[in-house]
Amino acid sequence: MATLKELTHREDRLAGGHRLCAGCGASIAVRQVLLGAGEDPVVVGCATGCLEVSTTIYPYTSWKTPFIHNAFENSAATISGVEAAFKGLKRAGKIPADKRVKFVAFGGDGGTYDIGLQSLSGAMERGHDMVYVCYDNGAYMNTGIQRSSATPKGAWATTAQVGPAQAGKQQRRKDLTQIMAAHGIPYVAQASISHWKDLTEKAAKAFAVEGPAFINVFAPCPRGWRIPFDKTVEIAKLAVQTGFWPLYEVEDGVWRQTVKVVNRKPVEEFLRPQGRFKHLFAPGNEALLAEIQADVDRAWEQLQRRFSEA
Amino acid sequence: MVEQKVVAATGNTVVAEAMRQCKPDVVAAYPITPQTTIVEEFAAFVAKGRVHTEYVTVESEHSAMSACIGASAAGARVMTATSSQGLALMWEELYIASGMRLPIVMANANRALSAPINIHCDHSDAMGARDAGWIMLFAETAQEAYDNTIMAVRIAEDYEVLLPVMSCLDGFITTHSIDRVSLLDDESVAGFVGEREAERALLDLEHPVTHGAFAGLGGPYLEFKKAQRQAIERSRAVVKRVGDEYAALSGRPFGVLETWGMDDAEVAVVVIGSTAGNVRHVARALRADGKKVGVVKIRCFRPFPYAELAEALSGVKAVAVMDRAESFGAEGGPLYLETRSALYDASNRPAVVGYVYGLGGSDVKLELVESVYGDLLDIAGGAAAPAGPVYLGAR
Ligand SMILES: Cc1ncc(C[n+]2csc(CCOP(=O)(O)OP(=O)(O)O)c2C)c(N)n1
Ligand code: SF4
Ligand SMILES: [Mg+2]
Repeated sequence: MATLKELTHREDRLAGGHRLCAGCGASIAVRQVLLGAGEDPVVVGCATGCLEVSTTIYPYTSWKTPFIHNAFENSAATISGVEAAFKGLKRAGKIPADKRVKFVAFGGDGGTYDIGLQSLSGAMERGHDMVYVCYDNGAYMNTGIQRSSATPKGAWATTAQVGPAQAGKQQRRKDLTQIMAAHGIPYVAQASISHWKDLTEKAAKAFAVEGPAFINVFAPCPRGWRIPFDKTVEIAKLAVQTGFWPLYEVEDGVWRQTVKVVNRKPVEEFLRPQGRFKHLFAPGNEALLAEIQADVDRAWEQLQRRFSEA
Repeated sequence: MVEQKVVAATGNTVVAEAMRQCKPDVVAAYPITPQTTIVEEFAAFVAKGRVHTEYVTVESEHSAMSACIGASAAGARVMTATSSQGLALMWEELYIASGMRLPIVMANANRALSAPINIHCDHSDAMGARDAGWIMLFAETAQEAYDNTIMAVRIAEDYEVLLPVMSCLDGFITTHSIDRVSLLDDESVAGFVGEREAERALLDLEHPVTHGAFAGLGGPYLEFKKAQRQAIERSRAVVKRVGDEYAALSGRPFGVLETWGMDDAEVAVVVIGSTAGNVRHVARALRADGKKVGVVKIRCFRPFPYAELAEALSGVKAVAVMDRAESFGAEGGPLYLETRSALYDASNRPAVVGYVYGLGGSDVKLELVESVYGDLLDIAGGAAAPAGPVYLGAR
């Protein structure tokens, strides 16, 4: 695996000067993932969302590598078509048979957990040689912080508001990483922008695998989470340390925890600094808070059993 | 003109054959009646190793067109096929394919749209996509479906055009009936369509390009759309040139519209697709009876042949437009609206009556066509035109 020093010498495929907010987790996720791609050329696809609109404002582009945006729900299908073209053109003799190219599709949690789930599932089942990366910021940020199925229970969102009748989002979040693991594809991982080494190593594995790979990257959104823009990495780290976002991988069906959490912190430490959870700390919401902790505990225990199964 | 093999085959079989002969690098498709046998027969070519195509068995039509877009942007020759609900599910992607100027060729086996669900022929599916920026060809017969598919590749990939082309054939009537079809040999088709020379392809790795950029925030969206309009206008000449070249190769003339009996016709029917055969049949009988009737069949609906249609209809007293699709809330079906528009600047505007027929595969009996000509001859004789659209054969 590359050292930090080596990584800093690799050229960034996503240039600075894009229009994402200061402290946005999405660009950190992209840069770390692409550093893991190594030296082969990379073709990038991206779903509609903050990342796409902020990096491709015509006539400018932040992408120093071939890039395609098609629509919101079809980043996976689009890149599967590009990868198919690569195979077809090779067979036609128009691309040398030994040419190596990596294909990666990015999508936000909305474009992945919700509207693009079918497209992603289809592409993974078909076995395209591609990596799909979800940058999960837990809401539809681009359209103004609406809830998604990745939004944590209890979080405020503009379509899951806080009032006397309801304390933010009522439902638990969907566990997409496990859904992807259930596809039985060669490589699935859950990662966080706070753990750069873990993430770049997972990306390197995902790109090295022949066939489909999926990585779910925790990527805080200061704007939507109501946190200062210099707290992105800190909050992401707390998600890992509280067990809210466990870091693990599933390689050929073998589940492995990649970052151990020794003294798991209470989930409150992750929730409290974020404005979107402010109401949970008002008197009367103690039960909800306890429920959120219980949810994290149960999911954590279940996951530990998977690891021990290995 | 080259020598050709005459076969008895269905429209779908010869469309699959044309696809094979055009050597697509990628086919991404999803099955739907009555398109299904196209993708099944193409899958058989893949299994037998008769094509180099990467065949992507997507999980939906939305993904079919999404994958076609990715593959076409990558620089591949891309083809697909669909029908009805499948085309409707692609709606968002149809506009993206044309907006990104990608020369995808898609066969559409025309079928009614739900609700109520119905698997039989009408043109609602294609007509619903008529403003999506695709060039649209319609076939009367299996032969035309075969010929249109091959021409579509040349038209789409022409550098003056770079637009997707939809090649339509009537569900079941053309897709599933066995017809007599002349097939070109593989070399002739390969020579005719040539190879795709993609520029600014995604897989031109030394020259990275961003496809599908954001053109909001005061960006040049309007100018992109103007460029798209100019491209489809340029395609008029390209469609004609490719049609002429194809006619020289195959011996089968191609026109954006085709006329029968129009030289001295007093009344005419304008029609699209397989029904043109029924209409000609009735017209021939009426001619034998001394009635001056004619037929205009539209073969290229987008870009619409306004000038050619106005020219063909100059001199007639009454026109019937037969629409196999609705445009609810409009004065008539899509073809009616276009025909009226084509005639607006004519010096002697004929009466124009709209008929809606054959929706969901409802029978297009010869008596119905006779009743249309009957109306027209009455109007030419001074009777008032009926208020349209007239629902032909509705109980
Ligand atoms: C079919 C469709 N529905 C809705 C939208 C509007 N839309 C654009 S981006 C977006 C939300 C994106 O959320 P996510 O995928 O989480 O990415 P983020 O903006 O958070 O980075 C929505 C709802 C769209 N572009 N297309
Ligand atoms: S709103 Fe959030 S996700 Fe979007 S650019 Fe800003 S910080 Fe990033
Ligand atoms: Mg999001």
